[in-house]
Amino acid sequence: MKKKWWKILCVAILIYSILGALLFDVPRLAILNETIRNLHFHVTMWFAMIILLTTSVVYAIKYLMSNKIEHDQISVEFANAGVLFGMLGITTGAIWAGFTWGEPWSGDPKQNSSAIALLIYFAYLVLRNSLEDQQQKARISSIYNVFAYAALIPLLFILPRMTDSSLHPGNGGNPGFNAYDMDSKLRIVFYPAVIGWTLLGVWLVSLRVRMRRIKTALED
Amino acid sequence: MTQILTLIGKEFRSEWRQRYALNGMLLYLASTIFVCYMSFNVKVGVIKPLAWNALFWIIILFAGVNSVAKSFIQEANGRLLYYYSLAKPEQIIASKTIYYSLLMMGLTLVGLLFYSVVMGNPVNDIPMFLVTVILASTGLASALTMLSGIASKAPNSSTLIAVLSFPVLIPMLLVIIKCSRNAIDGLDRAVYLDQMATLLCINAIIIAVSYLLFPYLWRS
Repeated sequence: MKKKWWKILCVAILIYSILGALLFDVPRLAILNETIRNLHFHVTMWFAMIILLTTSVVYAIKYLMSNKIEHDQISVEFANAGVLFGMLGITTGAIWAGFTWGEPWSGDPKQNSSAIALLIYFAYLVLRNSLEDQQQKARISSIYNVFAYAALIPLLFILPRMTDSSLHPGNGGNPGFNAYDMDSKLRIVFYPAVIGWTLLGVWLVSLRVRMRRIKTALED
Repeated sequence: MTQILTLIGKEFRSEWRQRYALNGMLLYLASTIFVCYMSFNVKVGVIKPLAWNALFWIIILFAGVNSVAKSFIQEANGRLLYYYSLAKPEQIIASKTIYYSLLMMGLTLVGLLFYSVVMGNPVNDIPMFLVTVILASTGLASALTMLSGIASKAPNSSTLIAVLSFPVLIPMLLVIIKCSRNAIDGLDRAVYLDQMATLLCINAIIIAVSYLLFPYLWRS
């Protein structure tokens, strides 16, 4: 009961950011027009995904250092939540691309790399499920988690910037901020939305981790 | 250091003693190339450089997955335990990575030779193409060695290695294909030196991460 405040904050921020994203005045830019509102959904969900996956890796490293199974449970749930936000991000991106680029999937370098990123985490989940022993499952999948994350960094942050063929806004500069011409009107919704989605992810994770703990307690 | 050299020597000797495995790999490579050649039904030099390049790296990728995958999977459990009692895990992963990089380099060069004979060779800047081949085979081999170590712990390791490795290897493969494409076109070397540097960095990340993570894998 005592730690309820951040859940209320999460709901409040999300209501504010969704309403703000749909209703507030946005800058008029050529081609983007009203679709710029997707910034508050798509980009914020990607930010939340990156934060959640990074936390997952931190917990995987913590598990490898300490061998405490709780850390692994937290790590896998953060990865799950990250995958969920990744799928939401790819869907919102595809919807946006349908309006702006004319087709939902046009093989843009960023779309491809985000699809590969999801594949990596699906492989992680497959690996987890194929191992039986609890400790071994935790250890092997933590190792793959760290390894995959290291392979993910060049994929998400370096490679798309090296190609000139990407139409994605913000290419050739800071992610999203340059071409979107972030102004203060966008910022007052954008940053709260990032925090809101991340908090939602953390909330999800905390529920799932509690569920897992109860399950293991019942099994024992 | 001497221990690493001894371990590499041991890998060479055990490979030499089971020559059928090595011959099998070479035959696998040759038949794949021949299948591609037959199914494209091309005369020498007809296939476009773009397709030539992509096809070559796909063949190498599959040959690599099949040959390097065995690095840990083939070892009997008892024998691994024996190595672990003799050497440090860091030495084991270092020796395996070096050995399989050399093996991969050899395979790729033989493959390139055979591939050029049947499919023609459109490469304009051969030294640069060879540098790409060397970097690529080191990178692919080191990633696959680590992933084979991970997969060997799971029951259905031969399918798992493909699932685990492809998403991790795709970013590397993209850079490789880009570099070798530039070498084929014979662009001015200064133009794509930064791409080569990216490839080198990805290799360094993979090798460093597997060096750090392997001791944890070993303990399970």
